[in-house]
Amino acid sequence: MLRRALLPVRALVATFLVGAIPVMAAGANPLTAYYLMAAGSLGDMIAITEVFVRAAPLMMTGLAIAVAFRAKFWNIGAEGQLYAGAILGTLVAVNFPELPFWIHIPFMIVAGMIGGALCALPGILKIKLKVGDVVTTLMLNFIMVIFTSYLVQNVLKDPFTRWPQSPPITESATYPILIPFTRFHLGIVIALFFALVVGYGLIEYTALGYEIKAVGSNEIASRLAGINPTALTIKTAIISGSFAGLAGIGEVAGIRHHLIATLSPVPIGYGLTGVVIAVMSGLSPLWVVVVAFLFSIIINGSQTMSRLTGVPIFLGEIFQGLALGFSLLFLFLDQYRIRRVR
Amino acid sequence: MMQAELISFGFIIAMAAASIRIATSLMYATLGEMLTERSGILNLGIEGLMILGAMTAFITTYATHSLELGVIATILVGVAEGLIMSLVYGRIGTNQHVWGVAFTIANFGLAYFVYRLYFGGTAGSLSIITPYAPVRIPILADIPILGPILFEQYAYTYVAIILFVVFAIVFKYTIWGLIITVVGDNPAVADTAGISVYRTRYVAVTLGAIFMALGGSFLSIAQFNAFLFEIVAGRGWIAIALVTIGNWKPMRCLFAAIFFGFIDALQLRLQALGISEITLAGTAVTIPFQLFLALPYVLTILFLLIASRRADYPTALLTPYRREE
Repeated sequence: MLRRALLPVRALVATFLVGAIPVMAAGANPLTAYYLMAAGSLGDMIAITEVFVRAAPLMMTGLAIAVAFRAKFWNIGAEGQLYAGAILGTLVAVNFPELPFWIHIPFMIVAGMIGGALCALPGILKIKLKVGDVVTTLMLNFIMVIFTSYLVQNVLKDPFTRWPQSPPITESATYPILIPFTRFHLGIVIALFFALVVGYGLIEYTALGYEIKAVGSNEIASRLAGINPTALTIKTAIISGSFAGLAGIGEVAGIRHHLIATLSPVPIGYGLTGVVIAVMSGLSPLWVVVVAFLFSIIINGSQTMSRLTGVPIFLGEIFQGLALGFSLLFLFLDQYRIRRVR
Repeated sequence: MMQAELISFGFIIAMAAASIRIATSLMYATLGEMLTERSGILNLGIEGLMILGAMTAFITTYATHSLELGVIATILVGVAEGLIMSLVYGRIGTNQHVWGVAFTIANFGLAYFVYRLYFGGTAGSLSIITPYAPVRIPILADIPILGPILFEQYAYTYVAIILFVVFAIVFKYTIWGLIITVVGDNPAVADTAGISVYRTRYVAVTLGAIFMALGGSFLSIAQFNAFLFEIVAGRGWIAIALVTIGNWKPMRCLFAAIFFGFIDALQLRLQALGISEITLAGTAVTIPFQLFLALPYVLTILFLLIASRRADYPTALLTPYRREE
């Protein structure tokens, strides 16, 4: 238990140690660079709220993947599910301007979660074909981004601008700003609630969570215990996809206020970073929140660090790759660690 | 105008030649991924490795003014990455798809990091090289129709097609092909028969990595003359799709790659002409160009849906192998 909790810390230390090599190759002092990274993302109140803004989608995609991987549903498609959620959510959000916000926002959230869930469902091809879930969810990432790009250039295009974007969402579907003069919006609180209460509660306190954990720890034993793997995969896909869909809603309703085809960074989007976060968290919802903030700090801080030291901004991506690699390596080594049994 | 151009004979030949040319990068990537998957390993690091290959070839060529050194450097990077990947995929084995994501993210970061470091952050001025030119093969290029389509291509393209033929023969008629197939289908049986599962996978993954890196290099030193941002543009992921559509068979994979080269060429042509959608024979059905972009991904899922029972995929794909010693 303690080992698993220490995983993010160990992976982070290893990442920062090895990550010092490219920093030094760029002629900068690693300690200065890391200090500037932290200072740039946590230096003032506005910057701190921006860390929350970035952490919200990371938390949701991280949670989506953590739940999926727990049940050995290999969802690589949080990116696609994010866009699917954004599309259905936007459809609700640009229409029905007469609805009061307390109906409109939940309506939009539900639509977005359904969108994400629908996009994850083809992953159940896993049942027929071993690589079905990996390949289908991966392919759906690109299909959804291309589909979004089609929508915002054609049927969903805002007739009043020449930009490839949807009409603005209505006032009643916009996540209110909670801290004036910042971008700290309601979606951040919703994301925290989903990760800390819904995600954690689901895994630790529900029968479904028990089944997910059972499949994750011993597939054969869980089958003998009467858990239907097909039903469980379907349920997991729905839950995982709906979490990722919520990340898309947050970006549309909280930040952009339009549907656009670049909701998520290219080419390492929130979906892939979600894989890094989920694995580094040891697939634990509570740690997902911590690690999401960590990567939010690294990604936001890289800009300041790069501007002041001349170290290329892509250090942030190198760090993500290293963090995922070290997490996997430590997980592997832990399996073979000699433990004293009392 | 559109109609006149589509039916012109010269246009069809030019399109066919362009399809094969544009498919070259996909050919290397698909060959690399197919070889890797046939040995039982799914390498999701392909996209990142192609980006790294494109960067390596470009910077080496830029620094040395030698395209050949660019190719050699790409192969060396492919070997180095391939050895690391094969160690991870072969020895650790578990979570190889997640490891692949790690490789892709890290290599993406590394490639752009090194590029920025070398050229500085100067936005606006794009560094360029003189890329490979197509090679006209004497006599053969004079054959009507086939000549201009097949024999005025890049050296890269000829090599890729020859490699596909070689691997088709290897998999069909040689003991090496059989060894890779058995290791990919049933590693325990292979081991019992005295075949080293690890060594076979090291070779397959490393060779595959060389081809993936070469696929990236074609883009930066042949098809284009610069290392553009987003130069690989998902070709690695498409290659994973093509291996599935090609049913893990070399020649089918080659034709799948050429077919998607054609789709790409057509789509580029339509965009260049400013046509965002085609009207089919005057009917109300219009096809947006995004459909062409999404086609490989959509077809992959359809293929898995329809043919998953008949698919000849390596049964041990994604399964780690450990000798129980």
